[in-house]
Amino acid sequence: MATIINIKEESVLDVKDFQFTYAGNDAPSVNKTTMPIAKNSITALIGPSGCGKTTLLRCFNRMHDLYPDNRYDGEILFKGRNILQAKEDLINLRIQIGMIFQKPTAFPMSIFDNIAYGMRLQGMKNKTELQDRVEKALKDAAIWKEVKDRLKADANGLSGGQQQRLCIARAIAVEPEVLLFDEPTSALDPISTAGIEELVVELKDRVSIIIVTHNMQQAARVSDYTGFMYLGDLIELGKTEDMFVTPKEKLTEEYITGKFG
Amino acid sequence: MSIILDKIFAHTSKFIAVSILLLVAWIFTVLLQHSMESITALGFDFVTETKWAPNLEKFGALPAIYGSVVSTFLAMILAVPLAIGVAIYLSELAPAKLKTPVGVSIELLAAIPSVVYGMWGLFYFVPIVRDLVGGIGISMLTAGIVLSIMILPFMAAVTRDAMDTTPDILKESAYALGGTRWDVIKDIIIPYAKAGIIGSLILALGRAIGETMAVTFVMGNVHQISMDLTLPATSIPVTLANEFTEASSGLYYSSLFQLSLLLLVISFTIISIAKFYFLRRKRVGL
Repeated sequence: MATIINIKEESVLDVKDFQFTYAGNDAPSVNKTTMPIAKNSITALIGPSGCGKTTLLRCFNRMHDLYPDNRYDGEILFKGRNILQAKEDLINLRIQIGMIFQKPTAFPMSIFDNIAYGMRLQGMKNKTELQDRVEKALKDAAIWKEVKDRLKADANGLSGGQQQRLCIARAIAVEPEVLLFDEPTSALDPISTAGIEELVVELKDRVSIIIVTHNMQQAARVSDYTGFMYLGDLIELGKTEDMFVTPKEKLTEEYITGKFG
Repeated sequence: MSIILDKIFAHTSKFIAVSILLLVAWIFTVLLQHSMESITALGFDFVTETKWAPNLEKFGALPAIYGSVVSTFLAMILAVPLAIGVAIYLSELAPAKLKTPVGVSIELLAAIPSVVYGMWGLFYFVPIVRDLVGGIGISMLTAGIVLSIMILPFMAAVTRDAMDTTPDILKESAYALGGTRWDVIKDIIIPYAKAGIIGSLILALGRAIGETMAVTFVMGNVHQISMDLTLPATSIPVTLANEFTEASSGLYYSSLFQLSLLLLVISFTIISIAKFYFLRRKRVGL
């Protein structure tokens, strides 16, 4: 059992006896895990490559359902319901739990249409409302000033860092309750990375955030809570400052001091 | 020693590669040479004259050009929607168990020699067309149908390949915003692969316009221009296949060469447009 201490009462997601197995595998890639995800906070998941952190992250919006025969066991509770049930409306779930990927993924359309995409999927047609919300999302993602004169331009013309902020703007435009970040800065230069990190911290008043990162400094800089995973197990979850200063588990200590990984 | 071998190898392969260019130029020159008589005798009238009457020394290529264009157009109208449908199914919807067998059989279909499609068309489609729409069954319409069936597998296979170039992460991003499968296909995959899809359609068009054997059986080789699709017609390759053996006079012979030169130029142009304009590798990253 993982050591879990000092997580604030109010959680947005509750993982209970959860286990995930990829299609064709006998052994699960995420072993029996129980963990709370605190509301309006940033929870970082760290651990060496292949430890299951991205796999776990992709369970929260049921991304694994895009590929056949993957198996979830146990429960992930969100607003009192188990989102792993077969009858869960995945479209609705993914509107409420957004995701940002390892690489910027600007759609092959204009900057405006990229941001408006999620809202249009939900059937929003009113032009002024769309414009207002696109502008707001771009402002919230701190990229409005750079793109306001070229909203009609192809989004692929933006730099990598700008594209990643565009993706964040696109995700927050649909007003999700949770945002999942999957190593969002791994393809970016240090300056863009700093910009994204700053943005992530600003967002936590409005959304709850889970961020997977292979970069421990990043976890230390941005997160309120950190979970350390190893070989599919959650080893320890606690306040970030405690985790990095006084880890309770020996494995955690060895990992953060660079003895392996 | 090995440096010398390296050089010999480099020069040999260079020679072989360059000789392909020479070969193309050679073919072109020969065609041009043999067409000269007809080019000087008929001039621009060759492509505007509607009468093809070798016994009267009248050689108008317009019916053949018309037939090539119309039969290809018919084939494209019939094949494009089906090919895109098959490609979408194979690339996005088919379960993994079906993807490979269906994909492979489509590639096998694309490898069937066109003469087989022609014979099949003559014995199977000609009676059907005759019963359904009248006429003698040997017609422009039948040619268009057989041609569409012939290019469909190739078109579906390359369109699927173009769609498969869409990065998973891009599709996942659209799903992550609450997109349905259909949303992702129409908003992400098709726009992303658009250039590749159009390029493959044009390549298929290039094949259709030059196709000989599949249509020779079912088109009739009648030099006439008619809006009635149930009437027999001809196309450039059909004319060539049917008439070379009987070309008696020098001008007849030469005008057939000019037809083939025309076909070569048309095919080259179409394939160049597809290759250089649509099939350039332009997206990097992701």
